Parts: sequence; structure tokens; C-alpha cells
Amino acid sequence: MKTALTVLRKDLLLELRTLETIPAMALFSITTFVIFHFGLNRPTIDGQLAAGVLTVTLLFAGILGVNRLFVAEREQGGMDAFLLAPVDRSALLLAKASALFLFLAALEVVAVPAFSLLLLGPSLGPALPSLIAVLVLADLGIAVIGTLVSALAVQTRARDVIGPVIGLPLLIPALIATARAIGPLLGSRGPAPLPGKWLLILALYDLVFALVAYAVFDFLLED
Amino acid sequence: MPTYGKGLRGLSILTLVTITAALVLVFFYAPLDASQGFIQKIFYIHVPLAIVSLCGFVFGGLLAVMHLRTGDRRWDMRSYVAIHMALIFGVAALVAGSIWAKASWGHWWVWNDPTLVSYLIVLLMFATYTPFRFSIEDPERQARYASVFAILGGAFVPLNFIAVRAAQGFVHPRVLTLTGSNLPGPMLLTFLVSLLGITLLYVTLWKYEMAAKNARIQMRMLRRRLFGDDDISPLQRSAAPTL
Repeated sequence: MKTALTVLRKDLLLELRTLETIPAMALFSITTFVIFHFGLNRPTIDGQLAAGVLTVTLLFAGILGVNRLFVAEREQGGMDAFLLAPVDRSALLLAKASALFLFLAALEVVAVPAFSLLLLGPSLGPALPSLIAVLVLADLGIAVIGTLVSALAVQTRARDVIGPVIGLPLLIPALIATARAIGPLLGSRGPAPLPGKWLLILALYDLVFALVAYAVFDFLLED
Repeated sequence: MPTYGKGLRGLSILTLVTITAALVLVFFYAPLDASQGFIQKIFYIHVPLAIVSLCGFVFGGLLAVMHLRTGDRRWDMRSYVAIHMALIFGVAALVAGSIWAKASWGHWWVWNDPTLVSYLIVLLMFATYTPFRFSIEDPERQARYASVFAILGGAFVPLNFIAVRAAQGFVHPRVLTLTGSNLPGPMLLTFLVSLLGITLLYVTLWKYEMAAKNARIQMRMLRRRLFGDDDISPLQRSAAPTL
């Protein structure tokens, strides 16, 4: 646990000093909203369409973070250093997944208000608590699967391509659940109650992949 | 080293007999479907193909677990062949399903059917298996990473079906549900024989490919022992396990 905290602190510090990932993710998402505005040719959107635009944008922005997650380790030999240290290897999974989760949360702090400002028709206020609940569960899923995929892809030759190509199909079920859960919240006549079924599926998805990731992550570090 | 050729002839004959029997049942025994008529017969090919390919993906995941547990690369080869075969069966199932959809629903592809969509997602996921393997050069690492991928995929198959099925209404006929079968007797018998035939076909092809790969590897080892390392052309980069 202490190891995980140390690595997490290192990652956050690195991000604060270089500002390589989060600003890029945020800018990407805002630009994507602009593209959606022209692509859909609508001043405002609501309901399921809005949920889809928001989910897809956050997912693709998240993929940017996923691609960068292990790059420093690979370039600077951090992976070898970690393997030399007498610590539990799962700590790296925990640290990286937490870092990615925090990156995604920071991204959403920027992207969700920007979405509400630029594209969303109905006001965001009443839907916000439920929306946060859904996004937290979605971020957990993206963080776990993203960390695993990033660790898989970073050792391949075509890692920028392999990461998203493996990650996107794996995330489709989470994406479906997220978009469907957010859809009713953004209805044009104010938010409908949160559909519990989708939260349950998202939570189940997070749980299963967290367990799978915990079981297999060690094998990605061996050398 | 096992050769995988043992019992292959018997298995091949059994497969051939079962598939022939299944086809005879399909065309001469199973009654015509009241609403769809003759085209419904493709069901006896399409559904077993889909079921067997999904089981093949999960099977590949289980073999990958064995690889990671034992560290024996032969398990990785088994897992690779299982997923490879399942992918071929999967594409066949998708094509057969598309033909059926065109004939009975009027479209090659419909989005409002959860089984179809979740199946496509699983195929998309496993379609990246081979490129992923190919992009890792070190064979040992390739085997290990591919096993992690296969385990992820194996866990993904059932979860994906839960998620997509929850998302949409039912258009696809449910063949086997938890409460039993929805098919009348003769159709059920035909379906089960087809399922058995396709399963046997999968197992037979899996064994054939294993035997062929194994023979090639042993041949290479023998050549190396006979002629020395210099006369053997170096292994080319490959997505398939080389041992």
C-alpha cells in the first residue's frame, strides 16, 4: 500500500511538473465538442444524443491518457527499477490505475462544464449528483482496463495503435452502460431518475475486471 | 513430446459421420418452420457455429491460464490455436447469421438485436489478438502477453453478453434459456446433433493444427541437430508461437 502511494505520488508530481497529459486530454475534449457541434449541425443537444457525445468524448480523451501512462517508465527504465525493488508488483497496478482515475476525474472537472456550456440544452445542475455517480463508476472501469491495456501495449512495437485497438472493444460494454445511464439524466424535461440497472452493470464490470487485472498484472512485469 | 496425431483418424471419421448425420437430419427430418420456411434451416449451422466459437474463445482463455500457471509455452500454442480456430468459426457464424438476417428480417445487419451486436464486439476484440501477437518480437514475452490478452478476452465474453443483452430488446430467437428449450422435439434433436457435429469439427481442426505445428517444430529441431545451426534459416517474425 505504501509502495502504491509512493508511485502514485511520483506520477502526480511528474504530471504537475510537466503538465503533459491532463491539459492535452482537456483540450482534446473541448475541441471534440466543437467538432461535434459542426458535425451534428445543432446548437444544443439533449437526451441520449448528449449522453453519447459526452461518453464518446470522455472515452477518447481517456485513451490519450492511457497511451501515455507507462511511457515514462519505458523510456527512463522505471519498469526495471521497480522490478529490482523488493515490493509487491500489484502495487504498480494500484498506483497506475489510481493515477489514471485521478487524471480522468481532473479531465471531467474541465470537460463536463465545457460540455454543458457549449452543447448541452437542458441545465446541468439538477442532474449533477447522479451524473457524478455514473462517471465515477465509468472512470473506475476505464482506469482498470486502461492500465492493463497500457501495460500490454507499451512493450509492443506499434504501441500507439495496439493500445486503443485492444482497449476500445474491451470498453464497449462500459461505454454502453455509461451512455444509457446518462441518457435519462440529460432529458430535455429535466432529469429522470437514475436507471439502477446500468449502475449495477457498470459496477459488476468494474469488479470483474479489477479482479482479472489483479490476477494477471504480475505476468506483464516479469522479465 | 506429444504428437497430437493420436486418434486423429478416428476423430476425423467421427466428425464426418456426425456432420453428415446432422445434415441429413436438417434436410430430411426436421420440419419446415411455419413462418420462415426453408431459410430457417440455416439456423442449424449458424447457431452451433456461434456457440462453438464463443466456447472456443473461453477455452483459449482457460488454456492461457494454464500457460501462466505452468510457464510451459506449449499451453500458449494450444491457446493460440484455440483462439485462431474460434475466430474462423466466428467469422463463418457471422456470415451465416447475416444471410439469415437478410432472408428473415430483410436486412444484412440489424442493430436492435443484442446477440448479434455483442457477438460482433467479441469478434472485434479477438480480431486484435493476432496483430497484437505480431507486434511483440520476443517469443517468450509474446507468449506471456498473449496469454494475458486471452484471459482478458475469456472474461470479457460473458460480461459483454450481459451488458449488451441488458441494453436491447429481444429480436433474436432464444434457443436455449435457463428454463429449458423453446424448440419442438424434432428440431431440438436436429439442433443438438448439429451442435455436436460442429463441436467435433472444432476439436478435430484444433488437433490437426496442433499436430501440424508440432510436426514443423520437431522437424526444425531435427534439422538443427543434423545440420547444425548454420544451415537453418532463422525464424521469421511471426504471430504464431514458435517454441
